Amino acid sequence: MKHRTFFWFILPTALAMLLFIALPIVSVVTQSLFTPHEQVFKTVESCTPFKCTEATVIDTEATEALREESPLGRFAGLSIYLDRGHLATAEVAEAWRSSDGLKDFFNKLGNLPFYRAMSFTLTYTFVVTPLLIILGFAIAVAVNSLHRHLKGLVIFFSLLPMIVSPLIGSLVLFWMIDSRGVLGTALQWLFADPNLSLKASTGLTWVMLIVYGVWHSAPFAFVVFYAGLQTLPQDTLESSMIDGATRWQQTRYVVIPHLMPLVTFVALIQLMDNFRVFEPIVGFNASAHATSLSWFIFNDLGGETRLLSSASASSVLTILGVAILLSPVLIRTWRDFNEKG
Amino acid sequence: MSSKAMKQPVALRTFSTIFVVLWLIVAAFPFLWTLWGSFKVELDFFSKADWRNALTGARTMVEHGSAFTSTGYEGAWVQEEFWRAVLNTAIVCFFTVTISLTIGTLGGYALSRSSYRYTFWLLITALIFRAMPPITLVAGYLLPFFEWNLWGILPTTIIVLVAINQPFTLWMLHSFFQKIPKELDESAKVDGCTQFQAFRHVIIPVMWPGVITTGLFSFLLAYNDFAVTSMLLSKENQTMVPKIASFLGTTQTEGNVMFAVAAVVSATAPLFILVMFFQRQIVSGLTQGAVKG
Repeated sequence: MKHRTFFWFILPTALAMLLFIALPIVSVVTQSLFTPHEQVFKTVESCTPFKCTEATVIDTEATEALREESPLGRFAGLSIYLDRGHLATAEVAEAWRSSDGLKDFFNKLGNLPFYRAMSFTLTYTFVVTPLLIILGFAIAVAVNSLHRHLKGLVIFFSLLPMIVSPLIGSLVLFWMIDSRGVLGTALQWLFADPNLSLKASTGLTWVMLIVYGVWHSAPFAFVVFYAGLQTLPQDTLESSMIDGATRWQQTRYVVIPHLMPLVTFVALIQLMDNFRVFEPIVGFNASAHATSLSWFIFNDLGGETRLLSSASASSVLTILGVAILLSPVLIRTWRDFNEKG
Repeated sequence: MSSKAMKQPVALRTFSTIFVVLWLIVAAFPFLWTLWGSFKVELDFFSKADWRNALTGARTMVEHGSAFTSTGYEGAWVQEEFWRAVLNTAIVCFFTVTISLTIGTLGGYALSRSSYRYTFWLLITALIFRAMPPITLVAGYLLPFFEWNLWGILPTTIIVLVAINQPFTLWMLHSFFQKIPKELDESAKVDGCTQFQAFRHVIIPVMWPGVITTGLFSFLLAYNDFAVTSMLLSKENQTMVPKIASFLGTTQTEGNVMFAVAAVVSATAPLFILVMFFQRQIVSGLTQGAVKG
């Protein structure tokens, strides 16, 4: 295709991405370097017939003029990144000096909002991803051995947890595990503890969110693996059987190696998606016990005071995190492309 | 399982059947339970006295004289004006899907037919964009949108959603167009068509399966989005998902959780129907990227 034709074909989509993805990134990075202007104060003297008092008031005109002049605010350099709400370098250094032992240090780190969000996001990402791959694989193998009339029906119901909006899915589960809901009651009965509430403890909240994450994403792994099983080389399987492989050995040495590329694919997609975990925290109303990076940004942006600078700094840090997560994929794609020539 | 040697022993088969049944319960039961419970009063759905009340609707009986009541739906749709959110969602989804498919098809086609190096870089950029959580961009939108009075209205959100959709759409359509043989449009060009005419008369008639699959996923993305719509839409323009989220803040305190339950069921129903009709396309879409490697 000629460069010229290519240009006209790609123009609309490139323009959309440029204007609404690339430029916002630039603007987010810029905003994260500025902080809002402080208000300008002035001293006014107000005199009554008997005595004069001096009062400090906000000079609205001057403040307005300052805002008009440079709407981004004043340049703050990297200070927003380093403040208590983000990387908190001073606090971390202090904690490192004063704490006895690593455990104490991590406890102190857990009190800083950014590290709290980070620790949940990473735990969630790296616990949910392997679990959902295992569960998805198990379902795929089990469904594959079903009668073919049943398969369609099973796939239909399996798709549901994945296809509903994360917020709706988490709400549906949340209402069930409410201490007055059906699962909550069942759990109370199971553990013989009438006051058991999953919402009250940090540990249980994390477990709840992770269970939700697996429930939500396992169907994706299932469908991909199931499709992979359809292309399983029957010859290899049969010859392994002739060689006396047990069922477990067949799975271990024929099926799993065949599905390995798909496992990588699912893992990468899910690492990306789980890293942005956000809606379940809103749905489960869990922000007191678990916050994620995305929720952290959302929280800054919402409400009456939109803390744009702070949200921007968190956004940039999150994007960096995604970039680190994504680097293996990028390297792989790069290699693939070069092989193709 | 064709050959006899492949036949599973009874114990294993029983085990795997039980496993599938368990999974089905885990996957589907929450939805059925919520659907059933949405026709009850709150004291039944969240029953402190006896969990069976949610099934039989004992309190609903007392309050409304029948085991089923639609007060939740009335409250959500009429009193809280959920219909407005439904309408907004319909508008947003329709335009997002149409626009992103139109410009995505053009772009994806071009990417699949050009062999220059920049196509690779474009695709990689798209991949990076796809990996970024949409919420990280929102901070960048707010200031200019406030400045130019674009905040809060549907068209802005539609365009933003289209843009966020593009990376995914491009990848999907790119891999789909690569499966359409190049000879097809090249022979058309030999016959004297321009590139665009070749696209218009030769490719468009055969591209629909891939476009429909991609469209389904664009639809899901627009329908399910919470981060962007909740930040960029004003209260009266909210779509369903942020509307439900706002129910939680206001109505939970007033004891109207059932409104939210009814709204959740209303928002899930279209997806249910969608999966019913397009199961094959959704499955093929999910596996497409994977099979390609």
